[in-house]
Amino acid sequence: MAAGGPAHGPELTTAAVAGEALQPSGAAGSIASTGAGSPGSEGKPSAWAGFKKKSPLAALVIQRLALSVMLLFAVSLMIFGGVEALPGDFASTYLGQSATPQAVENIRKDLGLDRPAATRYFEWLGGALQGDFGRSWASKQSVSEQIGKRLGNSLFLAFFAAAISVPLAVGLGMLAVQYRNRLPDKIINVISLAAISLPEFFVGYLLILFFAVQLGVATFPATVYDSMTFGQRLSAIALPTATLVLVVLAHMMRMTRAAILNVMSSAYVETAELKGLSGLRIIARHAAPNAVAPVVNVIALNLAYLVVGVVVVEVVFVYPGMGQYMVDAVTVRDMPVVQACGLIFAAFYIFLNMVADIIAIVANPRLRHPR
Amino acid sequence: MTDYTKYLTTEVALGRMSRREFMGRAAAFGITLAVAGTMFETAARAQEPKRGGHLKLGLEGASATDSRDPAKALSQFMFVVGRNWGDMLVESEPLTGQPVPALAESWEPSADAATWTFTIRKGVKFHDGKELTVDDVIKTLQRHTDEKSESGALGVMKSIKEIRADGDKLVLVLTEGNADLPLLLTDYHLVIQPNGGLDNPDAMIGTGPYKVTSFEPGVRATFERNQDDWRQDRGFVDSVEMIAMNDATARIAALSSGQVHYINRVDPKTVDLLKRAPTVEILSTSGRGHYVFIMHCNTAPFDNVDLRLALKYAMDRETMLDKVLGGYGKIGNDFPINETYALFPEGIEQRAYDPDKAAFHYKKSGHSGSVLLRTSDVAFPGAVDAAVLYQESAKKAGIEIEVKREPGDGYWSNVWNVQPFSTSYWGGRPTQDQMYSTAYLSTADWNDTRFLREDFDKLLLEARSELDEAKRKDMYRTMAMMVRDEGGLILPMFNDFVNACGKNVKGYVHDIGNDMSNGYVATRVWLDA
Repeated sequence: MAAGGPAHGPELTTAAVAGEALQPSGAAGSIASTGAGSPGSEGKPSAWAGFKKKSPLAALVIQRLALSVMLLFAVSLMIFGGVEALPGDFASTYLGQSATPQAVENIRKDLGLDRPAATRYFEWLGGALQGDFGRSWASKQSVSEQIGKRLGNSLFLAFFAAAISVPLAVGLGMLAVQYRNRLPDKIINVISLAAISLPEFFVGYLLILFFAVQLGVATFPATVYDSMTFGQRLSAIALPTATLVLVVLAHMMRMTRAAILNVMSSAYVETAELKGLSGLRIIARHAAPNAVAPVVNVIALNLAYLVVGVVVVEVVFVYPGMGQYMVDAVTVRDMPVVQACGLIFAAFYIFLNMVADIIAIVANPRLRHPR
Repeated sequence: MTDYTKYLTTEVALGRMSRREFMGRAAAFGITLAVAGTMFETAARAQEPKRGGHLKLGLEGASATDSRDPAKALSQFMFVVGRNWGDMLVESEPLTGQPVPALAESWEPSADAATWTFTIRKGVKFHDGKELTVDDVIKTLQRHTDEKSESGALGVMKSIKEIRADGDKLVLVLTEGNADLPLLLTDYHLVIQPNGGLDNPDAMIGTGPYKVTSFEPGVRATFERNQDDWRQDRGFVDSVEMIAMNDATARIAALSSGQVHYINRVDPKTVDLLKRAPTVEILSTSGRGHYVFIMHCNTAPFDNVDLRLALKYAMDRETMLDKVLGGYGKIGNDFPINETYALFPEGIEQRAYDPDKAAFHYKKSGHSGSVLLRTSDVAFPGAVDAAVLYQESAKKAGIEIEVKREPGDGYWSNVWNVQPFSTSYWGGRPTQDQMYSTAYLSTADWNDTRFLREDFDKLLLEARSELDEAKRKDMYRTMAMMVRDEGGLILPMFNDFVNACGKNVKGYVHDIGNDMSNGYVATRVWLDA
C-alpha cells in the first residue's frame, strides 16, 4: 500500500539507514527505541547523559541533526555513485543520437568529465559545503536559483494538498471508528480504498476529463509562473491538489482508524464509556492522543511523498515541480542538479520524520523519560 | 505519374493533406496549378492574414535541462523557441525544399562550388537595437565551427574551411565543393546572434519576429511581437506563449478544452479519437524522418547480402505502417530518401513483402538458426510492436527472428550503432547529400549500417560538387539503388508529422523541411477570432 507513493530511492535509503521506527505497528512503543539506543551516548558519558535526562527532547533533536548530516553525506555519495554507474555520461546522453564525437569531447573537456570520479566528487562536495551547488551542466543556470523556484512550487502544492487531506483523513478516521463496522465506516472505507487503488495518473485524467474538458470549470494546464496572482495560482493547482488528496487520503485515514481502534480496547476507554461520555468525545479526548504516534508517522511519510514523489501528477497536470526537474536531470546525468535535488529530498524525509517523533513525544509524556 | 497523383488525392480524401500541401506537391510533380486546383475542387482563394491575439502552443519535448544557447538546442521545444526569436542566413521553401533568402539576400557559388559569396541583408535590427553586420554573421559561424564548439551544427559545419568578409559580403571557403551549402545554413542551430553570441550565448537576442519576454526551461516561454521586424509576412500575433507539455494526454486535453491553440506529437493511436472533437483540426505533414531496422554489413551473419535481402523481403511494411503509425506515414523502400527531397530519384520499384523471395534468399545465404534483433521503445514510438510484427511476417518466410527488448536508458550509446541488428530512427536532413554523408559514407561516425563501399563514397563526393542537376539526380539514383539492394538498411516507413490545432488557427504551412512547420509554426499562423 504505502499510498502508492513512497517507493523512490532517496526516501527508502534515508528511512533504512536511519534505523527509524517508521512501521506504524504498535501504538506508542515505536518511539522509545529511538531515545534508548542512541549511538552518540557513549562518547561523553556523564555530561551527555545528564543533558539527556534534563531535556530529552533537545537531546533527541541534537542527536538527530548530527545523524542527518552523516546521512546526507552518505546520500550524496550514493547518488553520485548511482549516476556514475548509469550507462553513458552527461556529454553523450545530453546530445543523444545527435552526438558527434567532437562535440562530446568538447563538452567532456569543458566540464572536466575526463578527470577521475573521486576528484569530481570531492570538488563538488567542497562547493556544496560552502553552499555553492554549482551550475547545471545542461542549462548553465545556477542550481540553487532554479531549485528555489521549483521547490517553492512543490511546497505550494504539497501544502494545500496536506492542509486538506490531513484533517480530512483524521476526521474521517475518527468517524469510521465511531461508526465502526456500520454503514458510514464501510462507505468511507470503500471510497478511500477505491481512490487509493486507482493509479494517480488515472485519477488525474478523470478529473481533467470532467472538470476541464467537459465542464470547463477548472484551470488546465496547471502551469504556474512568476507573473501569476495568488488567486490564479490557487485556481491552477485545484485539480492536482484534488488528485493528491484522493491519493494520500486512504492511507492516513486507515491508519488513524486502526490506531484508535487499538486504543479503544484498553481499560481506560472502557472507564470513560462507563462514566457516560459520548462516543466522539472519548475518541477525540482520550483515545486519539494515545494513538498519535503511529498516525503522525504515517502523516509524515505522506507529506514527504507529497513533496518529493509526485512526478506523475506533475507531468499529467503540467506542473513545474521538483520531481520533473530531477527526472529531467537524471535523464541527461546532470550531476549538480541530481545531487542538489537528492539532498533536498533526503533532508525533507529526515526533517519530517524528526518532527513526527517530536510530536509523538510531546503528545505522550511517558516517552519523554524512557527508562 | 498516375500513381503519385492517385496517392496525393487519396491523402486529400483521407484528410491527411491540406490543400496547400497538395497544390505544392502537385506543382512540384509537374501538374499545372490550374489542373491541380480543379483536382482539389476548392476555390483557390488565398486568405488574408489577420494580426493580433495571443497564441498558445502546448509542446512536447521541453526539459528543465534545456539550454538557452541555440548552439545547444536539441529539443523540439527549443527548436521552435529559436525560430521565434532568431533568423538563419537561409531558409528552405516549405513545399519544394529549395533554399530561399533570409538574412542572406542572395548568394553566388564559384564554378567548383567550393567558394560561396553571400550578400547580407541591410537594415536588419537585432532586438537590442543594434544593426546586423557581416561581422555578426562571421562570429556566429565561427562560434559553431571552432574546435571548442559544442554546437549541434558542428557536423554540418565541418566542411567549412574559411570564413571571411569581403567588404560587406560573407565568403565561405569549403574543403571541397558542395552545391547544397545554402541549405546547410538553414540548420536551426545557426541562429545569427549579435557578435555571434560570443558575449552572451544565452541572451536570446536575435532578429526574429518575436522577442523573448520570459523563459523558464522545461516550463514555459513567452514572446511579444517584434515591432521592428524586417519582414512583414510573418509574426502575425501580438504575443506567443509556449507551454511545455510532455504528456500526450495532457496535450490533447489542453487542445480539446481550448486552453491552447496548437499541440505537437499527436499519438497516431489516438488521432482518430481526437478527430471527433468538433473544434480540432489534425495537421499531418509528410516528412523525412524514418523508422529503420539496421544491420551491420560487416558483421556476421549480416555480412551476407542474401541474408540482408531475405530480411528486407520478409518485412510486411503495409501492416507495420498501419499498425504502428495508424497509416500516418509513407511506405519506405530501403533507401533513406523520399519525394520530399529535391532531386528525388523517381520510379525505383517499391520493395514489397514477399515471403517466397525472402525464403529463396534465406536459403541461398545458408544461414541457420535465429537472428537476434535488439529494440527498445526509445528507438521510435512503437518500435517494440514493430519488431514483433516483423517477427511474425518473417516467420511466414521461414526466418526466425529473436526480439530482444533493451532498456531505453543508454540505448543510443550501448545498442544503436554498436550492436549488429537493431531498430532506430533517423530525422531527415536538408539534402540527400547530407543524409548520405551522415550515415552511409564509409568514414561517417554514424554509419550505423557499416556500409563500406568505396564506389559509393566516390559517387557521393562527385555528386556533391556537381552543379548540373540532371547529372546529379542520376548519381543519386545509382546511390539509392546501391543502398536499397546492397546496404544494411531496412526502411519500412517514413513517419508523418502529426500535430493538431484549433479551428481558429489559420495559415498553417505544411513544411516538408521538419516538424511543426519546420519550427516556424508560431511565426506563420494567425488567429481568426
